[in-house]
Amino acid sequence: MDFDFSDDQKQLKDQARRFLEAKSSPKAVRVILDGPEPYDRELWKGLAEMGFMGTAIPEAYGGLGASYLELCVIAEELGRAVAPVPFSSSIFLAAEFLLAAGTEAQKQAYLPKLASGELIGCFALSEGIGHATPKSIQLSASGGKLTGTKIPVLDGDVADFAVVAARTSAGTDARGVSLFLVDLKGEGVKRTTVETIDPTRSQARIDFSGAAAEPLGAAGDGFRILTDVLDRAAVLTAFEQVGGADRALEMGRDYALDRMAFGRPIGSFQAVKHMLADMYVSATLARSNCYYGAWALSTGSGELPEAAATARVSATQAYQHCSKNNIQVHGGMGFTWQFDCHLHYRRSNLLALSLGSLSTWEDKLIERLRAKNAA
Amino acid sequence: MNFDDNPQEAAFRKEVRSWLDANAPRQYEAGLKNSGFGHTALEGVDVMKASKDWQKKKFDAGWACLHWPKEYGGRGATPIERVIWQQEEGVYAALSSLFIIGHGMCGPTMMAYASEEHKKKYLPPLAAGEHIWCQLFSEPAGGSDLAGLRTKAEKDGDEWIVNGQKIWTSGAHYSDYGILITRTDPTVPKHKGLTMFFLDMKSPGIEIRPIKQVNGQSGFNEVYFTDVRIPDSQRLGKVGDGWSVSLTTLMNERLSIGAGMPTGFPELLDFCCRLETADGPAIDNPAVRSKLATWATRTSGLKYTAFRSISALSKGETPGPENSIGKLVAGPTMQEIAAFALDLQGEAGALLNPEQAAANARFQAMLLRSPATRVEGGTDEILRNIIAERVLGLPADIRVDKSVPFNQIPTKGR
Repeated sequence: MDFDFSDDQKQLKDQARRFLEAKSSPKAVRVILDGPEPYDRELWKGLAEMGFMGTAIPEAYGGLGASYLELCVIAEELGRAVAPVPFSSSIFLAAEFLLAAGTEAQKQAYLPKLASGELIGCFALSEGIGHATPKSIQLSASGGKLTGTKIPVLDGDVADFAVVAARTSAGTDARGVSLFLVDLKGEGVKRTTVETIDPTRSQARIDFSGAAAEPLGAAGDGFRILTDVLDRAAVLTAFEQVGGADRALEMGRDYALDRMAFGRPIGSFQAVKHMLADMYVSATLARSNCYYGAWALSTGSGELPEAAATARVSATQAYQHCSKNNIQVHGGMGFTWQFDCHLHYRRSNLLALSLGSLSTWEDKLIERLRAKNAA
Repeated sequence: MNFDDNPQEAAFRKEVRSWLDANAPRQYEAGLKNSGFGHTALEGVDVMKASKDWQKKKFDAGWACLHWPKEYGGRGATPIERVIWQQEEGVYAALSSLFIIGHGMCGPTMMAYASEEHKKKYLPPLAAGEHIWCQLFSEPAGGSDLAGLRTKAEKDGDEWIVNGQKIWTSGAHYSDYGILITRTDPTVPKHKGLTMFFLDMKSPGIEIRPIKQVNGQSGFNEVYFTDVRIPDSQRLGKVGDGWSVSLTTLMNERLSIGAGMPTGFPELLDFCCRLETADGPAIDNPAVRSKLATWATRTSGLKYTAFRSISALSKGETPGPENSIGKLVAGPTMQEIAAFALDLQGEAGALLNPEQAAANARFQAMLLRSPATRVEGGTDEILRNIIAERVLGLPADIRVDKSVPFNQIPTKGR
């Protein structure tokens, strides 16, 4: 059994960590948090130069053609660094949609530019309050034109194009949902940046009024494709979450060693030690579940739906748990804008919602386990 | 990243399988599969005899105590080979539960500290299952604070005379030998006045009283010592070195890596799929699903954490600290699962007779057994301390008793 990353993959991870420590320090993240820029353009360029965007994109489409395991270790480091860039939208989603459902011409047109960072893609699913289901997808597509509103769309204000889930036949049926590629700089598209709980990842409201759209995949096949792609993206996002959870745990541990109260380090009090031990437990469970997801993603296993939901639920819980208790360990200072704890608190709660919220993934997990139990 | 054996591992697994195919006691397979949480479903079978027979058969063929050296009855196997054996032995491992303490803790302690003569005499019968050993550590005044133990050993010529009481001794009533930690000097600080021995459990002056547990069973005992004499040659380690000897024993307890500890989740999932409620099967209820999802990920997290440790062993490396979370996750999860399963059963969740209760009263048995899992072999709180101190590097507790002579430490309660 070799249920671990290879030495080369670990080296890549170290390389990504060093790069991100230098280029995506808390100070750099704060520039995006506090300023008008929607994402860190310098960091984006640097990530492209390192070749990270093209990691799992085949060489035929301008990528490096490495495995998804390499992309998993990069995802973990992006999460650890709270990187303020549209990496997940562009690579975990847009590129995966093109690989899963694009025609040869579409792949040739988009993938090399996604790999080089020249183009940014995103995925537009949610149409307002509530879980995204076939019923909730009502944005209409007819005659190659889209009409309706998507809100919120992660990185929707910075992306060049979007993969949009739209309704091609009226009703609430999954078979009435199709996917489209839309140039977000074209006519009939109005984008407005929206305020969110995590300003280090920009989000938009996008109003489509007769925007030109190109079908991605077969008509009526949209919900199936997006379910598959969300499983893939869930594993990669879970690695981001585990990276963040580990960092939040480390921050809490370091502060507990440093901060003195009642004449001793607060890390010597059992109430604090036990809280940190519990954070370690959830981060460890999540990491092990993520390895299972990485294995399933990289081998194309039929277990991917179960593994993805397992990794996603576990990593969501772990990151939320570690980020909120990191603030608790820091006490009042943890609640200040000045301390970095809130960067993880914000990001953990954002990632918990993107790709479908925790309860959606809990539901998927149990449905998949139930099917296995019946078999 | 794969779950595959390397060629040596595959060859070893094949060898294990072919031996098990030819030799495993198939007549017990169904009963062992249905056992668990204090239930033994081997009706009409003398479990002790069945266990000893299976152990002897393994011993004779060289499959006992795989990690022990050959000269003491083991196989000299590598850690990964031991894991492969455990995976393949499967349900039959339940027949080894009588020997777990002897093989996992007493044996390795004897190997580290007993004389060569004693090792040759005592270890092979222990490996063969002819003798059962127990571990006499915990006391009314020394549970989590093990070094607070008070059982006294006083030198008398070539012998020691032991007086005091041990508690929570698993299997003392059927054990042939035991390892015993005692206080030999109460005038020095607590960790410095301890000495370890092994002894014959049939020695005069030993009285064993079973403890009736919450679930009505009696797996543990109180053991009373009244002027019990132990030859000095049966001392393990130097006089006053008992604490470091006991750490050898406890380290061995924590070294064992299984396939992830059971949490009761697969049983609960199956139960929720089958249980009809007014709104359809219980598993259709979103509140049920949400709880199941959390327990599912804890259970798979333990499984894959064990796989990570096994992978380290496979590469000849020492597993990382991730393995320390097992019991801390499994114990509380089992307890939560049991209470939730009873909740789903409504008022009938109170029924305990397997003929009347749902799911053969499996969850009721789990409810009544699970408190022990959170205490035995290190309480949840001690395990959190261990993770905080040894994994996260946080400071040890400030100890008011550490450098005080033992006989001046205030005590009360049990």
